Amino acid sequence: MVSRTTDDYLALAINGIHTITEPAFWPGFDRKGVDGFHDYFHHLTVVEPARAARFRIRHYCWIGLNSKESENPELAEEVLKIIPQYLDRPTVLGLGEIGLNKNSLNEIKALERQLGIAAERNDMILVHTPHLEDKLKGTRIIMDMILSDKRLSPSRVLIDHAEEHTIGEIKDNGFWFGLTLYPNSKGSPERAVDAVEVFGPDNICINSSADWSVSDPLATVKCANEMRRRGHPEATIHKVFYENPKAFLGQSPKFRAE
Amino acid sequence: MSMEISPMSAVQALETYFLDNRARLLEIASFLDRIDRYKESSAAKDDFRYKSFIKALRLVIECGKDRTQNVQLLFSDLSAGPIENAAGLKAHGAWEGAFREGN
Repeated sequence: MVSRTTDDYLALAINGIHTITEPAFWPGFDRKGVDGFHDYFHHLTVVEPARAARFRIRHYCWIGLNSKESENPELAEEVLKIIPQYLDRPTVLGLGEIGLNKNSLNEIKALERQLGIAAERNDMILVHTPHLEDKLKGTRIIMDMILSDKRLSPSRVLIDHAEEHTIGEIKDNGFWFGLTLYPNSKGSPERAVDAVEVFGPDNICINSSADWSVSDPLATVKCANEMRRRGHPEATIHKVFYENPKAFLGQSPKFRAE
Repeated sequence: MSMEISPMSAVQALETYFLDNRARLLEIASFLDRIDRYKESSAAKDDFRYKSFIKALRLVIECGKDRTQNVQLLFSDLSAGPIENAAGLKAHGAWEGAFREGN
């Protein structure tokens, strides 16, 4: 968790979380050159697994060029060239988070290239969908792109940051979907449990935002508690917060949950 | 496995969530009062975000069901094609295009 302090790893361990995955994402500013990405991918694949291991937490990650930095095509091209060498590292599960932010032509081009890398390597994919008013349109564009490449299976793709207006279409197309919890700006534990109740507990992975902004790595624990408060059976809670992510992530031969 | 009905009853849900959501409603009322009270109030009320917000409030009462999904759709960009360039653009939380002629 490159944006977080070591205290957060301790808090996760105390709360019984023994395995995490962290996507490559936008650091809050646009990087100036490809060296910044080398350092970042090294951090994700070497430094963070070691930091997590101090607390007996297994740390996996996803490598990719985020959509916000796709608007610099020259830099994007350089980054796309270095991505495969990091995908080979032992704790990297696939390409992610890749996707769209404002649904621009440059973003689509970079996404297309990365989908191609995933298809050639048979890697799994973690998709970032746009925020706020751009989400519905972006989610549809992304799904069309993936479904049009017959080498890619939706069952090996998780479309993240889904919300009430996108979940149905994502599920209907056979993808896994993620709900990301934020303390006050986007999805709450209450709405996430509503989604489980409305759409069912299959193919859903609920995850905590743990980035450089206001976020809470323990949000999944709080969400599980919200399910418990409503009286949902322990077996369903276990499925949503343990069996589901294990089933999705376990499609990577590198992943183990116990 | 589908479970459209929560083990909690609607009465229990009301008991559990009423006070939290009463407080949220007061936050919204207070936010709108603030817009009324501050200078340049009419400019703020002419902004597409304010207009969307008011439309969403009405929708919550009037649509009768699937309120969350309907509010999400109300705030969404419903155009189809990609944009030319995203440099310098940010998300606003509402779609300005909904207030352009023809939409």
